[in-house]
Amino acid sequence: MNDAGNGAQVIAYPGGEGGAESPVRLKIEQASYAYHPHGQSAPAFTLAATSFAARQREVVTILGPNASGKSTLLKLIAGTLKPLSGRVELEGFETSRLDTRTRAQKIAMVHQESPLLFPSRAGEYVLQGRHPYGRMLRFETKEDVEIAENALAQVGAEDLRDRWMHEISGGEKQRVILARALAQQPILLLLDEPTLHLDIGAQVELLERLRELAAESRYTVVVVTHELSLAAEFADQVVLLHEGKCLRVGTPADVYRRDLLEQVFEAPLDVDLGPEGRPRVHIRGARGHRVGGHLKET
Amino acid sequence: MRPLTLKRVLWTSAALLAVLFGVVIVAMKVGAYRISFADLALNLGRLILGRRAHIPSDYQVAFGYRLPRIELSILVGAALSVAGAGFQALLRNPLADPYVLGVSSGGALGAIVALILLPHFLLATPLAAFVGAIATIAAVYFLGRRKGQLDSTTLLLAGIISASFLSAMIIFLMTNTSGSNLRGMPFWLMGDLSTPLPEAMHWVLLAGLIIGVGAIYTTAADLNLITTGEREAMHLGVEVTRVKLVVYISASLLTGLAVSMSGAIGYVGLLVPHVMRMIFGPDYRILIPASAIGGAIALLAADTLARTVMFPTELPVGAVTAMAGAPLFIYLLRRRLR
Repeated sequence: MNDAGNGAQVIAYPGGEGGAESPVRLKIEQASYAYHPHGQSAPAFTLAATSFAARQREVVTILGPNASGKSTLLKLIAGTLKPLSGRVELEGFETSRLDTRTRAQKIAMVHQESPLLFPSRAGEYVLQGRHPYGRMLRFETKEDVEIAENALAQVGAEDLRDRWMHEISGGEKQRVILARALAQQPILLLLDEPTLHLDIGAQVELLERLRELAAESRYTVVVVTHELSLAAEFADQVVLLHEGKCLRVGTPADVYRRDLLEQVFEAPLDVDLGPEGRPRVHIRGARGHRVGGHLKET
Repeated sequence: MRPLTLKRVLWTSAALLAVLFGVVIVAMKVGAYRISFADLALNLGRLILGRRAHIPSDYQVAFGYRLPRIELSILVGAALSVAGAGFQALLRNPLADPYVLGVSSGGALGAIVALILLPHFLLATPLAAFVGAIATIAAVYFLGRRKGQLDSTTLLLAGIISASFLSAMIIFLMTNTSGSNLRGMPFWLMGDLSTPLPEAMHWVLLAGLIIGVGAIYTTAADLNLITTGEREAMHLGVEVTRVKLVVYISASLLTGLAVSMSGAIGYVGLLVPHVMRMIFGPDYRILIPASAIGGAIALLAADTLARTVMFPTELPVGAVTAMAGAPLFIYLLRRRLR
């Protein structure tokens, strides 16, 4: 699965090994895509064939700078884009072939918050997650309300239930959006840059919660991010993308190589290993606080 | 957490229907010819029992003139309000309204063309108005995009420009054609409920209203999610393209029908859904029935004012709705820009 894994050391992670016995849930096999705006023959952007697999309870991070193909890969996984070649399978079903309703019962997506047209209370917002289970006019049942309240409790946001969405903080809003995704009772949880507008405390809290949720409720979690340090700390598996190509797939320790990261993120970086075997990334300042680094010629 | 129930939707509708009934009584009573409650009840009873012939000739005029006009106000008001609520969700713009977006003018132009070309074919007028409405909203939708994204300010500008262009076309056609059945320019540009229609047209309007409102209502739960974002709605299991197509066609049908019967009455589709949202909340499952009945109440009240306030002269009903609607539009626009 990993074509450039020369000399990779295998490190066991707490929580990571839990998935080892369980069968593969999400399988991406040589999936590729090309955007053809306005029907031109030359594609504006291509995602080269990418492969990886994820089990339940596993947190996968799709890592890369802007325009590296992260969102495209996430859309392929979500099934909203059909791969040009290759397959994306969730428990054996191709995600792009599921009908919208079935897909929403299996896959939940957390986007960056989008503005609401009309005001809504957090509780009502979370109830929307029950939409794929309702019929016709979808009047919510007692069971739906229970599931929504549980979802709010799972993200520690019970007290936000009756608050207006436009009156709560960014971090609180992100938790409510996550609760709506949990109310869908999915098996695959996808998050698109969930930490973008959060301060560092809220970022850590969110990712810790994701880890817990994955472990307790057996979700498979895929997070798209460009935050190097957060991905290193919380991911079981990292998929590193650069200019539409998948450079490496593996554990953070496997993927976080200085030369590789410097090339992808175009910044002078240092990588060392933390006490738990997770890599840590430091930015090497222009004046060279961390001595011994030689700036890459670009 | 108290989610919306079918019971609450039904009770709300019943309460609004009671208000509508009250307004109907007032509308029957007031005017040049005053009728006492007793006579009103008696003769309404006769009418319901199908004994039209038994109504004394004194009241025949009042009943024969006022009642059809009341019917028309109710049907047109309901159609325009639901169309407005539909367009607001479809375009993700709370300022959307068939009149502001130029859809009403498109419908009016279609109706006029049909009246010129096929003056003796009764159904041609509403059909052509539907085609005019659907073509206009398609044009406004594409003109209102910037870099592939629907932009709310550009959309409103596109609508206002289209409305002005189409009105100019209407004036051009009307000044160059002298058809006897072509009604006046104020009728098409401002809307008017005073001209009686053949009774068959009321049935056409009623059938279209039931189909259009019914179709939009089947998508009510989906529209709730579409107002929070199309991408999110798709991930929550909404077939966004299908829902948008249903609402797009139904709202155009409602607008086209209403305009072909009463001209381009403005701001009902903006005003009513907003007031209903303030009272009952933004959930489309309650908003659609509330807007339908609320629209009937609002237009009937406006028309009753239009025919009594400057008695013995009558105002076009569109003038009354614009006087109430335009300030609200400005208020909402400014609150949005803030």
